[in-house]
Amino acid sequence: MTCAMPRLAIFLLVVLAPALPAAAQRITAIDYERSEIRFAGRQMGVPAEGRFGKFSAQLDFDPAKPAAGKAAVEIDLNSFDTGTPEADTEVKRKPWLNVAAFPSATFVSSAIRPLGGNRYEVSGKLTIKGRTRDLTAPFTVRRDGAATVLEGAFTLLRLQFGIGEGPWADTDTVADEVQVRFRLTGLPSS
Amino acid sequence: MQRYSATAIALHWLVALMILCSATLGLYMVDLQLSPTKLKLYSWHKWLGVSIFLVAAGRLFWRLTHPAPALPPTVPLWQRRAASLSHALLYALLFVIPLSGWLMSSALGVQVVYFGVLPLPDLVEKDRALGERLQLAHLTLNLTLLALVVLHAAAALKHHFLDRDEVLQRMLPAVPPRR
Repeated sequence: MTCAMPRLAIFLLVVLAPALPAAAQRITAIDYERSEIRFAGRQMGVPAEGRFGKFSAQLDFDPAKPAAGKAAVEIDLNSFDTGTPEADTEVKRKPWLNVAAFPSATFVSSAIRPLGGNRYEVSGKLTIKGRTRDLTAPFTVRRDGAATVLEGAFTLLRLQFGIGEGPWADTDTVADEVQVRFRLTGLPSS
Repeated sequence: MQRYSATAIALHWLVALMILCSATLGLYMVDLQLSPTKLKLYSWHKWLGVSIFLVAAGRLFWRLTHPAPALPPTVPLWQRRAASLSHALLYALLFVIPLSGWLMSSALGVQVVYFGVLPLPDLVEKDRALGERLQLAHLTLNLTLLALVVLHAAAALKHHFLDRDEVLQRMLPAVPPRR
């Protein structure tokens, strides 16, 4: 009985310790296989979702020193993919993203601040179709195996960037709000 | 002469009108270039389809609880059988056609959201090849419906103008007798 307690304590430590969250680590490179940028809009109340198949991100983020963090993301707009060819072709045309003239969208961070716990907020400039607007997006940081994962979302107002001009500016048909979600998984630092 | 009930008559002509609108809309919208108008028409067509399904369910319930008036004794047996069969097929198509449209929307990845507010669950995963087969099925079923409607209307007109019986009148709104 006297030695039962230490044994139990050791048992609990051994069994439960791996389940405790390991601290998220600094990210300096992205594992694109496990990262994605998705979007979701609405037409006539019908959800329309998709992803950007190709983007690149320069990231330096240490959860312990968020203020020192920096991010620069470039999205290849030709990789706009909803799985519906008619929609993809249309959205790349001039009234929408005009990818012929503006092949990429960029985001450059200006500040990252902690919101408490594993939550943070990044601010910066988003440029699409030659128009630059301020953007603030909350994100969370978690550990997934050996990797650190950043996940966040923000609402983009498409008309602020001239996405969908002329008759397509009608927000009764296609909503102004587009939800953008991102998941950036860091390559484990070697 | 015994007519169909006022409810049965109202539902019959309501469904006829809805099918006419929905089919016209469907044929017109498919060849349009992608535009806000096209997106609107597609949604309206889908809302109309869901509504037809619902009204058809009401009709079926009414029909099962309120027997149709008997055909005149002059109608031969083969025509009675043909009428029963074509009516059963027409009823079946009122359900199957909207369902095929719903399936097709699911497979093509464009969910049906009734009146833009009530999302109907997707029946199948997004699958373009399946979606294209369902498109063909939806068209084929509609052409079958068109053929049956033509037959149905031709039979009604034959009864009225050639047989000069009361078969068509049973489904027409009652006109108050002249004083």
